[in-house]
Amino acid sequence: MPKATNPDAPDGVQIDLVSGQRMEGLTSMEKIRLILDGVHDGNIVILEEGLSPDEESKLIEVTMAEISPDEFNGIEIETYPRSDTRDSSLLGRLVGGEKPQAKLTVIGPANQIETLHKDETLISALVSRN
Amino acid sequence: MGLLKGLKDSISRATDRLFSEQEPKRIGIYGPPNAGKTTLANRIARDWTGDAIGTESHIPHETRRARRKENVEIERNGKTVTIDIVDTPGVTTKVDYEEFTDEMNKDDAVRRSREATEGVAEAMHWLREDVDGVIYVLDSAKDPITQVNTMLIGIIESRDLPVLIFANKIDLDESSVKRIEDAFPQHKTVALSAKEGENMDEVYDNIAEYFG
Repeated sequence: MPKATNPDAPDGVQIDLVSGQRMEGLTSMEKIRLILDGVHDGNIVILEEGLSPDEESKLIEVTMAEISPDEFNGIEIETYPRSDTRDSSLLGRLVGGEKPQAKLTVIGPANQIETLHKDETLISALVSRN
Repeated sequence: MGLLKGLKDSISRATDRLFSEQEPKRIGIYGPPNAGKTTLANRIARDWTGDAIGTESHIPHETRRARRKENVEIERNGKTVTIDIVDTPGVTTKVDYEEFTDEMNKDDAVRRSREATEGVAEAMHWLREDVDGVIYVLDSAKDPITQVNTMLIGIIESRDLPVLIFANKIDLDESSVKRIEDAFPQHKTVALSAKEGENMDEVYDNIAEYFG
């Protein structure tokens, strides 16, 4: 299957480490576009801060819209477990809005990234360039 | 917040949200592919209306468009609750048509994957806009701690939707309901076998309590 990679890219896997500061000024759709454009180029996108639940929902929705046979079959996404949601009270959410809780998120093309291990402090991923 | 208080608050939220309204509540049946969502939806629909909702299959993404069964009246303990059941496609972040080529030719596999992606996108959109409560179905024979499950439960919680977790397929030897309870202790988990009809009384009691 042809892979979603940039033919002009050097041999290797590009990793985009996106700071929370870079994401801070973006709208939800701009964040999703930033992620998916990188993934379409075959890059691994690592977000210093995760997405809000609403943004995660939209990321899945937009990803589905862009899946195409023989070209792009979706994403792998791994995030450290969110801090205990039982402690996320309604008041806390109202006060804090839907801000992502500083959790690192790794996103990559489904055909290139395989999660080997994940726990609360470590995400171990195998990335292949096919 | 303690576990018991969390559960109590969750039930209280569900009651507060729904109690005052008389119209049917749209209850979305969500979960990963092949968890038994359509089997459960059919079981509920058949038990209370006599009709099924959709086709069941072992092939992932058999349900590719959300399907709704309206005005399902469930009577429990002398009280009748009316819900619309929305059976949704299994949520995933990837769909590869090659997964289906063992079962069908390439054109059909491509068509199936396209329909599946549209269905998942629609289900995600509805989750943000159009459901009043969620039944989250998991295969109790599989590890529930996956990124999709964690994300989906987080999305549901962020919308403050009442949610019941159904640990399905307890008829399988490898089933472990405790594994699901341990993964999502903040929510009520109900064990069942939608295929065999096991424990459906408790299923309906809980649907009535949470969504009635």
